[in-house]
Amino acid sequence: MTQAGTQTTDGIAGGIAGPLEVDGIDMSRRLPQGVAPEDLVDIYRRMVLVRALDERIWMMNRQGKVPIAASGQGHEAAQMGSLLAAEKDGNCFFFPYYRDLSIKMSGLTPTQVMLSFMGKAGDAYSNARQFPLQGADLAHNIIQLSNVVAASLTQSVGYALGCRMLGDERVTLVYFGDGASSQGETHEAMNFAGVHRLPVVFICENNGYAISVPQRLQMAIGDVAGRAEGYGFPGLVVDGMDLLHSYEATAEAIAHARREGPVLLEMKVERLMPHTTDDDDSRYRPREEVEAAKLRDPVATLGAYLLAEAFLTEEQEEEIKAQARRAVNEATDAADATPPPDAGEMLKHVYAP
Amino acid sequence: MAVKSVIEAVREAMREEMRRDERVFVMGEDVGWRGGVFLATQGFIEEFGEARVIDTPLAEASIMGIALGASFRGLHPIAEVEFADFVWPTVNQLIGEAARVCYGTDGKLNAPMTIRIPYGGGIRGGLYHSQSVEAYFFHTPGLKVVAPATPYDAKGLLKASIRDNNPVVFLEHKKTYRLVRGEVPEDDYVLPIGRAEVKRAGSSITLVSYGLMLHYCLEAAEQLAAEGVAQVEVVDLRTLRPLDTATVLESVKKTGKLLIVHEDNITGGVGSEIAALAADAAFDYLDAPITRLCGPDVPTMPFAQTLEDAYMPNTHKIAEALRTLAAY
Repeated sequence: MTQAGTQTTDGIAGGIAGPLEVDGIDMSRRLPQGVAPEDLVDIYRRMVLVRALDERIWMMNRQGKVPIAASGQGHEAAQMGSLLAAEKDGNCFFFPYYRDLSIKMSGLTPTQVMLSFMGKAGDAYSNARQFPLQGADLAHNIIQLSNVVAASLTQSVGYALGCRMLGDERVTLVYFGDGASSQGETHEAMNFAGVHRLPVVFICENNGYAISVPQRLQMAIGDVAGRAEGYGFPGLVVDGMDLLHSYEATAEAIAHARREGPVLLEMKVERLMPHTTDDDDSRYRPREEVEAAKLRDPVATLGAYLLAEAFLTEEQEEEIKAQARRAVNEATDAADATPPPDAGEMLKHVYAP
Repeated sequence: MAVKSVIEAVREAMREEMRRDERVFVMGEDVGWRGGVFLATQGFIEEFGEARVIDTPLAEASIMGIALGASFRGLHPIAEVEFADFVWPTVNQLIGEAARVCYGTDGKLNAPMTIRIPYGGGIRGGLYHSQSVEAYFFHTPGLKVVAPATPYDAKGLLKASIRDNNPVVFLEHKKTYRLVRGEVPEDDYVLPIGRAEVKRAGSSITLVSYGLMLHYCLEAAEQLAAEGVAQVEVVDLRTLRPLDTATVLESVKKTGKLLIVHEDNITGGVGSEIAALAADAAFDYLDAPITRLCGPDVPTMPFAQTLEDAYMPNTHKIAEALRTLAAY
């Protein structure tokens, strides 16, 4: 899967591996085992839809209809690649973080997504108590509670501990950013997971910025993945702009986690948008850097790959985009016409029965 | 009925619940082969094994976060914070996370976990082994806060806490562990969370307290009765959140006078809320100013015997406050 590191029997390297490709895509690469061209076309369809929703949500913020949104643009390949691996595995639980739109939308209709972003009644995660897509979608094995970003890491480790105690084989995937890697609970979570060899895949989506603070002020090292050694489990650097690479790394990590214990994957990604709709990244991020990142757009990259491999025709690709536009329009109209929660909801569910 | 200490009652409650329900487990620092620094889990690892009696790394935030995550999977963890003074690294998981789980998911997810916290002073514990921490959790909707005073209440309420589907902060006053003994039934019993109890009936002054102070209050009430000064009604809150306002108000309306005693700092303490409650809902019944006898506003209890004695409310100070109130 990667170029460096000592290979163990299952292919998870004991050391840190570098990305297979940094720029563009490797056209000569074979499809990973178990992945058919139709899988990739389906993932592309979902990525296009996520991107279309993401862009519409941003626009609706400017129209005053979405109070706040964190864009996932640039992270889609990392998120969708790991999601595909987890879906193919069939027994995973997710603790995503706030930027993981692709994962948090995975069980929802576009209308449900729009209800959530517009703070309308029937939001699937929290009935519009929390920021969009925060809360829980238990039907799809997702919990995303907090904006204290490393809080979910210890929770996910506890979840994995609970799975083991109940004798189930489920693997827990927990996602976080480079900023969260600095919080103390990240250390505590990884340490405990290492001690007990728990089936957890830690996925750091490193986009180089925690809101405005660049990586050079976040940590003294180049790769978060290197920290895994200190916890006694493997850590790998993954090209998170490459869907196939993200898929393969996660698939192997899930298998390893179930068999031997935790894995840390550091997915190097680009944040194509400001931190949230409330942020102005021109105050701290050079425009040339953003423009260069956009040339590596993971959605466009996958689309180009599918065309080049003839897994998709141009007509089919156009239809996928047109379908996404229609779905987003319908979802926007439906959510717009839905009322917010009744004020009487405010006092409910402080305690469980 | 057998006479037992508070720590024995706590141990029995946990052992019975772990035998009764596979989903219950304990985790914390030194809870395994050491049996806990106060021996609350003595014999547990021998009976239940390392899988259900987890000696954690010395990292309190993760104890709470991991217990919370396990509760998401449907387990009923009992997380032990070794001393209340060590609870601060866990506060994000308790106040920021556990308390909001049910509300923040519109009731879809809940956190059936118990957080056992040995607290309180009068044991020469100094600044880092004496603190009362209840006010911080008392303030937090989404948490339940239980603070028993007797072995009987400790056992029945701890079993209720373990079975509860919400995060319960269970406060055990360290000085009561071996000092306070009482009858505890052998059979399975559960006491309802959220109910105060009148521990001594009286007619002239209502005295509200909990934890160790409850015992000093009962002693002071006996003194005043012996002196013929007043018949004091002593209300043991037992649960701080949700507060049993009905029992408190019923007593205050009967006596017309109210003294609240706690070891925790006076400002913003549980007593402030009780005073506000009485002022709001029993104003017309009051014959005297609402009075509080609480720990002073110093960060926490100092080490030297003289300083610690100066901090702690005790039977003598409570009796003095009662005499003043009786004479009003």
